[in-house]
Amino acid sequence: MTSNSPMTDTATEERRTTGGVRVIQDHQHIVEIVSDSGEGAQKCGQIFGSVSAKMGNGVWTVEIIPAEIQPPARSPAGASGNRIRIGTEEVTNWGDRTNVCVAFNEQVLIARHRLDGLASDATLLVENMWKDHRDEDIRAEWAAAMEELSAGGYRIVEVPMEEQCLTVVDNARKGKNMFALGMLCWIFDRDLDLAKEQIAHAFRKKSEEVYDKNVKLLELGYAWADEHLEVRVDVPTKHSPDDMVVMNGNQAIAFGAVAAGMELAAMYPITPATSVSHQLGEIFHKFGGVVHQAEDEIAAAGVAIGASYSGKVAFTITSGPGLALKTEFLGLAIMSEIPLVVVDVQRGGPSTGLPTKVEQSDLLATIFGQPGDAPHVVMAPATIEGCFHAIVTARRIAETFRTVVVVLTDANLATGVQPFPRPTLDPAWMGTRPDMSPVPEGKRPYEWDPNTGLSQRFIPGQPGGMHTLTGLAHDEDSHVAYASAINQLSSAMRSRKLAVLQSTMQPPKVNGPDSGDLLVVGWGSTKGAIEEAVANARAEGLAVSSLHIRFLSPLEPGLKEIFQRFRKVMTVEINYSDDPGEPYITEENRRRGQLAWLLRANTLVDVDCWTRVLGEPLRPGVIQDVIRTHMPKKGGAA
Amino acid sequence: MSSHSCSLLFPVEEDHDYTMSDYEGAQARWCPGCGDHSVLTAAQRLLAAEQLKPEETVFVSGIGCSSRFPHYLSTYGFHGLHGRALPVATGVKLNRPDLHVFVVMGDGDCTSIGAGHWMHATRYNVDMVALMLDNNIYGLTKMQTSPTTPQGYASNTQPLGSYLPALNPIEATLGITNASFVAQTAEWMPAHLYATLEAAYQHKGFAFVRILQRCPVFTGDLYQDAVRNPDMIEMLEHPDGIEVPDLHQIYQNVARHDPRNMDAARELAEKTDRIRVGVFFRDESRPRYEETRHLPLHTTGEKIEILNDELDKYAV
Repeated sequence: MTSNSPMTDTATEERRTTGGVRVIQDHQHIVEIVSDSGEGAQKCGQIFGSVSAKMGNGVWTVEIIPAEIQPPARSPAGASGNRIRIGTEEVTNWGDRTNVCVAFNEQVLIARHRLDGLASDATLLVENMWKDHRDEDIRAEWAAAMEELSAGGYRIVEVPMEEQCLTVVDNARKGKNMFALGMLCWIFDRDLDLAKEQIAHAFRKKSEEVYDKNVKLLELGYAWADEHLEVRVDVPTKHSPDDMVVMNGNQAIAFGAVAAGMELAAMYPITPATSVSHQLGEIFHKFGGVVHQAEDEIAAAGVAIGASYSGKVAFTITSGPGLALKTEFLGLAIMSEIPLVVVDVQRGGPSTGLPTKVEQSDLLATIFGQPGDAPHVVMAPATIEGCFHAIVTARRIAETFRTVVVVLTDANLATGVQPFPRPTLDPAWMGTRPDMSPVPEGKRPYEWDPNTGLSQRFIPGQPGGMHTLTGLAHDEDSHVAYASAINQLSSAMRSRKLAVLQSTMQPPKVNGPDSGDLLVVGWGSTKGAIEEAVANARAEGLAVSSLHIRFLSPLEPGLKEIFQRFRKVMTVEINYSDDPGEPYITEENRRRGQLAWLLRANTLVDVDCWTRVLGEPLRPGVIQDVIRTHMPKKGGAA
Repeated sequence: MSSHSCSLLFPVEEDHDYTMSDYEGAQARWCPGCGDHSVLTAAQRLLAAEQLKPEETVFVSGIGCSSRFPHYLSTYGFHGLHGRALPVATGVKLNRPDLHVFVVMGDGDCTSIGAGHWMHATRYNVDMVALMLDNNIYGLTKMQTSPTTPQGYASNTQPLGSYLPALNPIEATLGITNASFVAQTAEWMPAHLYATLEAAYQHKGFAFVRILQRCPVFTGDLYQDAVRNPDMIEMLEHPDGIEVPDLHQIYQNVARHDPRNMDAARELAEKTDRIRVGVFFRDESRPRYEETRHLPLHTTGEKIEILNDELDKYAV
């Protein structure tokens, strides 16, 4: 990849010198801490991100996670840690390449290098205990790695982390992360008191002694950096006028569920969705809520449906393979019009796929996955803040429209940590307790409004509302339908609800001028990266705009009209599509990105696409390259 | 247990508001002679005897002949997916402990496609009655072998006879940690069936009842000998289980079995010399999931206050 985005790589705007130390001033910088699993790099990264957010930087943190809990030590595949992008303004995505990387061994560092993750002028701070290790093989691995890295042109600093940490703790493996944090605090001039506060929070379940040792290590790292490092980085901070909270997308979903008045979450452990239930497990009981860990994905859907059926809307949380298992139950809920919210935190697929990595490949399966015609709502928040509000909206739609709402997020949102304006909680979000008043005589359980398909559901406990809900075709009385016309009518009624929902929506807003040469359309977590790329491409003089779609089923209105104002429309997505020009690939047989597929079918506009499944979020610099190469030729047909 | 359990009649006391007919739903469409009819009658009789408000009663079923059950009642009903009645019922009871929840499943539902839920529902021990209507065959789909089909019994999928020994649902349920009520009865013994249902309803916890029944179309011959020859039946009786003295004249093999004795229960469940009906095991002291998980609800105002406190922890 050859990105020349002005936001990345060589983004320094100004250099100055104070007392022998060079200060790089930049409006954004990307920092990584990588280690073997279990060495605490993630904790270091999280604290660095929190401190930066509290100081007024925009922050976007992503986890670097190996698939195993304890992969072999010192293996490139085992690299574990955090990647933190800080900026003066709000940071909406993980950015391009890393500028400063702290690595606890050279193997995890080489992994980042091989993934093309490091900027050409990056500063690499690497633990040097391996250089003179008593094991000859390790010494050889170090030498080979250093040779490979030296070709990259990086600024490599060898740091005696082990040696330094052993002056404070007996087991340096348990201390290097705080030493690394100290170094980073020096480089980025972070407030050490804030760092200590965060350490106290991170180790709140541990003893005072543990806290003291970690603070000592922090200070040691800071002092070591002060003595040995020559470059500091200044990413100016800017305090937001708003009250902010900082969390990841899964935490935002958990909080959103509480704010939406949910009282039951049913789940089965699955990466990367599970941490929603971890967060709920910490707080839900305080609100009278229950996290039910079911025996399997199917049962999780069943319990949520049983709870929803008997009262307030419940929800279930899953990821792709789990969604596949829930398919039949979702069909039942749609057929029998039981409101239900489903969160699918997408990962790479198909099958077990890439459990910890981001992908947007569940879109079509989510919309069309149920056998039979099963219209339901699918929406995708684009930001971490959006994850919070999506659950509130989803609950309301599920209840109003008596249907299933699937909220599609992904591993990028799930693990990305970002500050966002603190939601001003509204009691109306929580909804009301179900109406348990007697059902008027003669009222029927599926008394569809012939215009809208909407009907009032009866809840067990409501006198006069007794009926047997069924997944069989049924009439307005919920009686099994033996006449064929009833199936046509009930199908129309269920479908109509989506059109009614769509009629309540405004067309989406174009980011940038609402006409031009190229419109880049995205959905879900790619919004920040796409908009950053579009802004930079426009700065280059390209007539490009972007559009982000939040509702995928029903699609938001007005798309065709918007598309027609651009000479070319393309989607950018994290799912698989055939690239034109590959062997056997023709216009006719080309398998396109999933949103592109939907948009083509719904608008009859020749929507192109560019998609990748690299198991990582899209980089804005790469999208910018794509924009350049996909601009329609001047004067020619789009 | 209650005084009704000894009678073959349907006693409805005068001051009760509901009679059996108040629980009647659509006309049952099962085949004439199907054992499901007899279970439906027993259930309606139980509802009337217990004066359960139809609006506070939910029958959850799976898919199969027996799962049409809720349609033929006037309570709330949930006719869901094949094998998945138990999770739905668990969700209902978890959310609404105030409701009376009954589950009706067939042998395919419970012991085959939904077998995982059977094990876990037993362990959750949520307070509900789970009726497994076991006719040893898939009826609705027209005679396929089920896990409880006797070895050697021919079906459309195994015309040379079922290859494996039949699964023993009582033995299996007794093997699950936290099982709290395990009983077996037969549809051709209506008094016993009723007494068992009543005991199951009155049990606090997950009451698993296997009901042996004939499918007149596909397995009509299976229990024919047992129906004709009461000597093939042994009734397990105990004051802590059920006692049906009215049947003693017909069924003379009556064994006293203390349903607290798990070892004896497992031994009896394994025996194949006779068909044993009665309560194999019963222990109300076992933890019930919906009670363990029950939390007081909060008002919206309280929730907002707590949520704001929680958000404070994430404030920048």
